[in-house]
Amino acid sequence: MKNERVLLKGLKFQLTIQRLCHQLIENHQDFSETAIIGLQPRGVFLAERIVKELQSILKNSDLDKGNMDITFYRDDFRRREKPLVPSKTDIEFSIENKKVVLIDDVLYTGRTIRAGLDAMLAFGRPKKVECLVLIDRRFSRQLPIQPDYVGKKIDSVAEEKVIVSWKEKEGEDKVILYTEK
Amino acid sequence: MEEQLSVDHLLGIKYLTKQDIELIFHTADSFKEVINRPIKKVPTLRDVTIANIFFENSTRTKLSFELAEKRLSADVVNFSSSSSSVTKGETLIDTVNNILAMKVDMVVMRHAFPGAALFLSKNVNAKIINAGDGAHEHPTQALLDAYSIREKYGNVKGKNIVIVGDILHSRVALSNIFCLNKLGAKVKVCGPPTLIPKFISDLGVEVVYDLKEALNWCDVAMMLRIQLERQDEKYFPSIREYAMRYGLDLKVLDGLKKKITIMHPGPINRGVEITSDVADSEHSIILNQVENGVAIRMAVIYLLAAKINR
Repeated sequence: MKNERVLLKGLKFQLTIQRLCHQLIENHQDFSETAIIGLQPRGVFLAERIVKELQSILKNSDLDKGNMDITFYRDDFRRREKPLVPSKTDIEFSIENKKVVLIDDVLYTGRTIRAGLDAMLAFGRPKKVECLVLIDRRFSRQLPIQPDYVGKKIDSVAEEKVIVSWKEKEGEDKVILYTEK
Repeated sequence: MEEQLSVDHLLGIKYLTKQDIELIFHTADSFKEVINRPIKKVPTLRDVTIANIFFENSTRTKLSFELAEKRLSADVVNFSSSSSSVTKGETLIDTVNNILAMKVDMVVMRHAFPGAALFLSKNVNAKIINAGDGAHEHPTQALLDAYSIREKYGNVKGKNIVIVGDILHSRVALSNIFCLNKLGAKVKVCGPPTLIPKFISDLGVEVVYDLKEALNWCDVAMMLRIQLERQDEKYFPSIREYAMRYGLDLKVLDGLKKKITIMHPGPINRGVEITSDVADSEHSIILNQVENGVAIRMAVIYLLAAKINR
């Protein structure tokens, strides 16, 4: 039995993405000094969508955008049953002295972002790093990490899961909160 | 995609499933990207210690394992038999247990006796990686060979591959036959009849004695070294005669109907199994094999390290 509740979908979902883009533009203007990095595996869809939206707003297709896998930087290797199968990293530019926006779909314990900060150092020393997430499960952080741009803040308990699905992958843009009973 | 290996040690390709091999390749893809970054290191195995124990000479394999371990941030200790107490009469189990008493989690071992790695895995408490046991298996070499073929052609399945040379004494040949068969390639072996083991066709390979015929059939030719150190009798009249019948030179290569890829596990005896102009030609992917070796070994160590229980 699945007990699920829709948090975001349809127009609201679309507007949330647009609002995040306008917030980014306020701080980054033309993005000439900015690199956008999506975290594998699920953050890359949001990064892809944000970049597409930014390109149509700014009429500029020249944005630095990459995907980063953080599997080898996690702090729970050998503490879980199975090793983690890595995904692809493709960052074709240096982030030296750039403003980096790390993008993930859901911010929960903060451990993925911690690993992302570590992984990023292999590609240079950024001037500044910001964090953008679609869903912030607030009050559940295990590390002192806070997002700079948030699509929606939610309150949830540990038994609940947040799933973000994408039109490109699952056929529909929506965010659900569910518990398995 | 499976999430973990079906085995606890890498003793031979014989024990792996096709899914295991594909998981290793998929993981190696990520490590190949890592070792081409300006900073070629990840912190994954910070709390793992690995001993490289080599009872036989090696340059490539030993360096490749050591680099793989260091790029995963593991601590590494090296041991070679010539400078150790093995010469004072210590047994293999005692030697390894003494190393393990210093809190080592994984052992990479090369040994002259077939089955040495299997024996060790049954008698000591550590993850074992076989880096070559006599004329038996050399699993990481076969994995990196198949990975290099996959990189060049996109797929191993359906490719025609011929292994040329001293099949009888070669652990690389045996591991490659297992590996390529599991991945769905067609394999033939070629060499003088005295250097082809009896009943090798039971492993699902065909035997060809004529080099030109074999080369015209194949997409990839793996040239092997004559393992003089393992030969206790004469298997052919002279090295010169071997080179004339089974050596690969540019003239033979240019006379073929199609372009083929040349591989060699090293060390090369230039002018015997392969001439310099072939080894250095565009047909050869010998140095790609060496590069892929580090990525493959990182993948194997990473996947086995997940199974360490303390």
